[in-house]
Amino acid sequence: MNVNDSIVVVLAASAIFYGTPLVFAAMGELLAERSGVLNLGVEGMMLTGAVTAFWAVQHLSGPDWLVLLLATMIGGLAALAVSVIHAVLVVGLRANQIVSGLALTIFAGATGLSSYVGNVARLGGQPAHHEYTAINVLGLADVPVLGPILFHQNALVYASWALVLVALAYLHRTRTGLHVRAVGESPQTADVMGIDVARYRYAHTLAGGLLAGVGGAYFSLAITPNWIDGMTSGAGWIAIALVIFAFWRPELTLAGAYLFGLFSSLGFVLQARQVHLPPEVFASLPYLMTVVVLVAVSTGWARQRLGAPAALGTPYVREER
Amino acid sequence: MKRVTVLALAAMAMAACGGSSGGSTASSSAAFKAAWVYVGAASDAGWTKAHDDARLYVQQQLGGQLVTTFKENVPEGPQASQVIDSLVADGNKIIFGTSFGFQDQMDAAAKKYPNVYFEQATGFKMETNLAEFFGAAEDADYLTGMAAGAASKSGKIGFVAPFPIPEVIREINAFALGAQATHPGATVQVIWTTTWFDPAKEKSAAESLISAGVDVLGQGQDSPATGEAAKAHGLKWSGYDSDQTSFAPDQWLTGTVYHWGPYELTRIKAAMNGSWKSGSYYGSLKDGFVDIAPYGKSVDASTQAAINAKKAALINGTFYEFTGPLNDQSGAVKVPAGTKLTLDQILTMDWFVKGVIGNPKGS
Repeated sequence: MNVNDSIVVVLAASAIFYGTPLVFAAMGELLAERSGVLNLGVEGMMLTGAVTAFWAVQHLSGPDWLVLLLATMIGGLAALAVSVIHAVLVVGLRANQIVSGLALTIFAGATGLSSYVGNVARLGGQPAHHEYTAINVLGLADVPVLGPILFHQNALVYASWALVLVALAYLHRTRTGLHVRAVGESPQTADVMGIDVARYRYAHTLAGGLLAGVGGAYFSLAITPNWIDGMTSGAGWIAIALVIFAFWRPELTLAGAYLFGLFSSLGFVLQARQVHLPPEVFASLPYLMTVVVLVAVSTGWARQRLGAPAALGTPYVREER
Repeated sequence: MKRVTVLALAAMAMAACGGSSGGSTASSSAAFKAAWVYVGAASDAGWTKAHDDARLYVQQQLGGQLVTTFKENVPEGPQASQVIDSLVADGNKIIFGTSFGFQDQMDAAAKKYPNVYFEQATGFKMETNLAEFFGAAEDADYLTGMAAGAASKSGKIGFVAPFPIPEVIREINAFALGAQATHPGATVQVIWTTTWFDPAKEKSAAESLISAGVDVLGQGQDSPATGEAAKAHGLKWSGYDSDQTSFAPDQWLTGTVYHWGPYELTRIKAAMNGSWKSGSYYGSLKDGFVDIAPYGKSVDASTQAAINAKKAALINGTFYEFTGPLNDQSGAVKVPAGTKLTLDQILTMDWFVKGVIGNPKGS
């Protein structure tokens, strides 16, 4: 038997494939949270991205790469537009971030705006005209072990790796990144330093929306290239948990996303090889781990040690300084 | 400031509720009102689309005499009761529940609203105003299995299945028997996804079967995601519920499909003129309730002829797939030669025939 069909290689390749939308969405949420804004609307924004990106591939014509690039951007921008609502409510009007985020998911998510758009534009029940397919990078796809894992993925997977590197460099190597962290840790101090807290929070909430939209587009253009109402089925919630799980660090977010991607396939791969364990065990593992991490994080000591932005979820009001 | 945001949030929430599930046709006060409750999205390209096609068919047949409404993505469980309550409150006189998981809520509603007719697709509970309807999909699955068996080189076929319940088990058995008819010794390996509808999961399950070495895929899932996996790996595929050719035309063999419309039309007409009676209806290939979708281009003429001949035999009653001798997975004789399983026996089927790989009780 070919080593590339072995259980380890198959699992690793599919962990990356199914983990990638989580990388985008969680990285977006991470940026927003690092600036102090919790956005529980990820699921709704992802579905908005999925539906608009799919609309775009059905209506644009041109070479595959161009249409996909534009469609992915359109998906991202549509989700960004949705995130504007959250930004205005919580940064501008200082509304409760949890309530606003939940409202956003209800408003834009399954049976909300995204399904409305899908119904009005009649996007359901048709295959995509353009879709992301695996690229044989440098002809290395058949290299034993590493080929299927690293050199035979779609373009968005490679883009997500670049994104993680950029996010790491941005947060830790640039002045702007330092300001973001200051805004998330102590907006009062940042304000005194002359950093425009509201502007930073707006920008990163919108960046979070953009990336959630790209993560959504991954569902409708790469995983199952068609539009189906509610097709992200909870990935947005997992992405939020993932940020906590990864202690607000980009590199751990990538690893965590692949771990969650692994769990989504592990049960099936074992089942296909006659290892019979209840599928519910694997389905619940990511959530179980999230609960454990949440409990740990809820203690003040761990919160500080693990890197939660100190001002996360708190509106900044200058008069209360 | 606080109040403004609360109002804004409330407005958003209301917009969300208003925009939620479903739609209805233009109303006129005298028209009879009928409603459908869907477990998935009307656009799922599978199970729920087949039901929505039926609604549109009925609407087209009855025109202005009828107003139809549907609610989609309704969760199985208590929330279905709220949906049914609201449909009754809106004046619907006949309500179609289209998933097994709505059965208890439909039964409760039938007792609560004696003047409304309820029709439950898949299930077994009945009341004077609650009828059951479903079709012998297993007969069509046998034919679909024949196409899958003929398309397989290795004789290893994969099947992406939702839940280990009799409805699904008998379809897998019929599919396997059909595959073994065109490819003696063929095996059908089953993966349970524990969901009717979750495209990403369905695709992942299909891929795990491919990695285990199957060369043709079948499915009992509601979305065409299995076909997407087949397309990515260049395998042949048979679908389910609706004609899904367009999702992977090079992969498509055929698929079991349902035509719910004609039955629903007669029931609505009966409800309108007061002749409606409860009952349990089991549609067949003969009355067109179940059928196979048009063949894909890779199904050759001789396979098509063999399938068509079996279809004719199923229709005229000279052939029935669940006729002994049938062995179970261990090879023990389960149905002796010459014995036919009864409808009750197949409606409660909880064992796999020989050649099916997997656990009929779930993983």
